[in-house]
Amino acid sequence: MADKLHFDLVSPERRLFAGDVDQVVVPGEEGDFGVLPNHAPFMSVIRAGAITVIDGGTETRTFIHGGFAEVTPAGLTILAEEAIAVADIDAAKLSQDLADAREDVTAAKSDEEREQASVLVAKYEAMQAVVAH
Amino acid sequence: MASLKDLKNRIDSVKSTQKITKAMQMVAAAKLRRAQEAAEAARPYAQRMAAVMANLSTAMSGTPGASPLLVGTGKSDAYLLVVMTADRGLCGGFNTNIVKKARERVTALKAEGKDVKIICVGKKGADQLKRNFASLIVDKMDLSAEKTISGATAARIGDKIRLMFENGEFDVCELVSAEFVSVISQKPRAKVLIPAIDAIDEGVERPDLGGAVYDAEPDEETILNVLLPRYADTVILSALLENVAGEMGAKMAAMDNATRNAGELIDKLNLVYNRTRQAQITTELTEIISGAEAL
Repeated sequence: MADKLHFDLVSPERRLFAGDVDQVVVPGEEGDFGVLPNHAPFMSVIRAGAITVIDGGTETRTFIHGGFAEVTPAGLTILAEEAIAVADIDAAKLSQDLADAREDVTAAKSDEEREQASVLVAKYEAMQAVVAH
Repeated sequence: MASLKDLKNRIDSVKSTQKITKAMQMVAAAKLRRAQEAAEAARPYAQRMAAVMANLSTAMSGTPGASPLLVGTGKSDAYLLVVMTADRGLCGGFNTNIVKKARERVTALKAEGKDVKIICVGKKGADQLKRNFASLIVDKMDLSAEKTISGATAARIGDKIRLMFENGEFDVCELVSAEFVSVISQKPRAKVLIPAIDAIDEGVERPDLGGAVYDAEPDEETILNVLLPRYADTVILSALLENVAGEMGAKMAAMDNATRNAGELIDKLNLVYNRTRQAQITTELTEIISGAEAL
């Protein structure tokens, strides 16, 4: 494989990854898609889930939440609101957080609170699905 | 003439003030470095976002269904100014300069017959603005409780602004904050946030697609609607981060000055102290000698 794909993963606070890789699998809003070098220009909204970076036979998975992917001839850029390496997710703490968030949904006094809590529940559920995978 | 004891007390008190300002300067220097790093780290995201927005907006702005967040309401009768200042003082003219800029904008817009509303982010701006424009301030936000400025902070401000926009409370939104020119220089400026089309810099570098057209999923309009609020949040976040860096720079300079002034004052007081001491010794000697002579 001569060509490499230039891949940037940035969150509002910092640049998380920048470098050349073989392939990246991205969870798009309408289904997962893989990006290989020389992909056609493309942009997509991302759903909460894991991106898989494949380089030299090793796979690294990173959970991202709320974001946007853009493929240009220069490479792939993912703008993620939040990103955490799947290996760093603490399963025990996650189930606790999820339980807490679910409790918040039932205990919420206003629509606004309920909505905020449900967003969290959705996020943690997606995280759990990723970890279980 | 002050007694020796008074002078000594005075010198001690100035010395402890100097210690405090010195410490504050060092704290500001450390925080400045961290703030600069944070601002630096946020830059790639902001740049990428601006590039994507520039691409999409040119494609979308002509279409009739374009989001009002992008193209505006078609009016410019009501303005919302988001004035960002620090939560603490002791940083020279930093807050005052931003407030001055905000005041100029309000006066100018009022003169044009526009309706003006103000949201104050940061305690100091609210304190200073309420003297003249108490009736215009619709909301105040205090960030002193947050340890670090994060995307969530920016999103909170952004949500508030968007809610007001959806309720039709204003047509144009401007951010008044400090531009970080250098450690010793911060320039207050007003920047358009909504409509976004006016906020996108012309100088943004657009990726060369080699004549190809973007494929968009689900479609460009959906993407734009998802991106617009995020873009606004990004702009707010970078303004906040730049403000923190500016505040720390200004504080460092102010505290450096204060330390130096205290040093000068101590030197002067020491001189007076020594002179007084000498005069006292001379007087005592004269008294002893003349006493001895009288015997």
